Amino acid sequence: MTGLVVGPILVPLLGAALAMALGRSRPAQRVVSLVALATSVVLSALLLVRVDDGGIVAVRAGGWPAPIGITLVADRLAAIMLVLATTMLLAVVVYAIGQGGAERDHVGFHTVYLILAAGVAGAFLTGDLFNLFVAFEVMLMASYVLLTLGGRPDQVRSGMTYVVISLLASALFLVALAFVYAATGTLSLADLSTKVAELPAGVRSGLALLLIVVFGIKSAIFPLFFWLPDSYPTAPSPVTAVFAGLLTKVGVYALIRTQTLLFPADTQPGALLLAVASLTMVVGVLGAISQHDVKRILSFHIVSQIGYMVMGLGLFTVAGLAGAVLYIVHHIVVKTSLFLVAGLIEARSGTAELDRLSGLARVEPLLAALFLLPALSLAGIPPFSGFVAKLALLDAGVGAEAWAVVAASLAVSLLTLYSMTKIWANAFWGPPREPESSVVAVGADRRLMAGATAGLVALSLGIAVASGPLYDLAERAATDLVDRRPYIEAVLEP
Amino acid sequence: MNLLLVVTAAFLCACGTYLVLSRHLSRVIIGIGLLGHGVNVLLVLSGGDGGRPAFVGGDGGPVADPLPQALVLTAIVITFGVIAFLLALAYRSWRVTGNDEVEDDVEDRRIAREAHQGEPEAST
Repeated sequence: MTGLVVGPILVPLLGAALAMALGRSRPAQRVVSLVALATSVVLSALLLVRVDDGGIVAVRAGGWPAPIGITLVADRLAAIMLVLATTMLLAVVVYAIGQGGAERDHVGFHTVYLILAAGVAGAFLTGDLFNLFVAFEVMLMASYVLLTLGGRPDQVRSGMTYVVISLLASALFLVALAFVYAATGTLSLADLSTKVAELPAGVRSGLALLLIVVFGIKSAIFPLFFWLPDSYPTAPSPVTAVFAGLLTKVGVYALIRTQTLLFPADTQPGALLLAVASLTMVVGVLGAISQHDVKRILSFHIVSQIGYMVMGLGLFTVAGLAGAVLYIVHHIVVKTSLFLVAGLIEARSGTAELDRLSGLARVEPLLAALFLLPALSLAGIPPFSGFVAKLALLDAGVGAEAWAVVAASLAVSLLTLYSMTKIWANAFWGPPREPESSVVAVGADRRLMAGATAGLVALSLGIAVASGPLYDLAERAATDLVDRRPYIEAVLEP
Repeated sequence: MNLLLVVTAAFLCACGTYLVLSRHLSRVIIGIGLLGHGVNVLLVLSGGDGGRPAFVGGDGGPVADPLPQALVLTAIVITFGVIAFLLALAYRSWRVTGNDEVEDDVEDRRIAREAHQGEPEAST
């Protein structure tokens, strides 16, 4: 039981240490990385089954009782996120091994990658605000290194922006922690959820807004998203795929967790979040339309889609949160596979700029299929996973009579389809063109890269097929989030 | 609440913010450091008034809250690590670009170029 909760954090950390010790042998590092991540996937899946059957699991480190000691808590939301995150990290590491490049040329790649995995798992499982901060820092520190791996001038430039913005967000996070502790005398999430309710309304909304700004920067919501489209595209493509699929979603997870658990019902800033969600969707997609590089288009789409997740949160209903959870599930898989496809396009043609691409569909039909399926899913065309997730969100929006945000999300879907069509028409149709130069390192295994991508695309199709049971699971997770009592009881009562 | 420490924290954060807005990487890094110190002072303050003894070996009387101190230690270590990384990154930036300034991002440069091309009379 304890092993299931602690495992997803400890196994990658131990793997990281081992990978560092085995620095001289790349094959040994690969084996360590694959085994550690595969073990994490299995442990997370077992944890999800256990949590879904038997309720929330809380583990007290060192046996200290809840508000005093460090608590790890796995509820349905955390377990769902964990399963997806580890699966996606495993797929991307396979892709990275196939690509060579950053993975092959740098001793530290596997070590840092596993530390990132441990940080992400820690952020999902932690039961108190300060350890959330620590897990975020572990994850971000690893991401700084991965983003600048190689040290090219453009990487250093965009890495600097990314690091400074993240540090400012972390400083604000610490300020929020200091305020929360000064006001309540505790940082345990379960303990806070009862104590925050006793605070004066002004203090409470101040804390809520501060936390929204902190996690808003990390999850790139409007107007705090400007760093993302600039910094993500410069990293090696497997790294960009991990960042795009995972990092901002950890921010969204923290936003959902803190806003639903800490602040009592009817005092949450729902209207504000819905307004921010609409603006995030619209501004993100408009940014995407004005771009001419596949990776930059996709980066702006991340911003746009964070809006959908925040929309589900802003409704603060079971249906809304279930929609948000389903959307995150769909988004992590689809976004990662799209970025992996962008990496494959780059590997094939030597560029990801639309003006210099043409006719890929004729030369690389498999690549075209791998792009088309997640692209249609992203735009929300039935019967793909994006359609299911958007339908759940729209249904929730209509149920809560939030017409403005529903209208915005429908319009943004159309614009998303337009920009996906732009990539398709420019890169895949037209006369085939000779590759300019190959950016792929010698010895890259494109079949392994395509295999990893195909695995994720198949997973996204699986999400669409299993959408009924998945929605039920998301609904149960959302019920826990809205009810809050199961979480508090599981943590505070031994 | 200790007013002197509040003013200190505010002053450190103000200096840090001013420096972070600069275009020179070395100043940005010093700014991040100052900002971190200001926030750490704030975190110590969240434990309540000072002046009480540490909680070890006391005589059972009132003790200082140990938790914010533990939190601050962790925060200091993290800030230290991150600033070491930033310094390495800034050094790398100096090595590849030859100066210490933050460059415009790709989008800014593109817009500046297009604006420039839009009015050829003004430039020639």
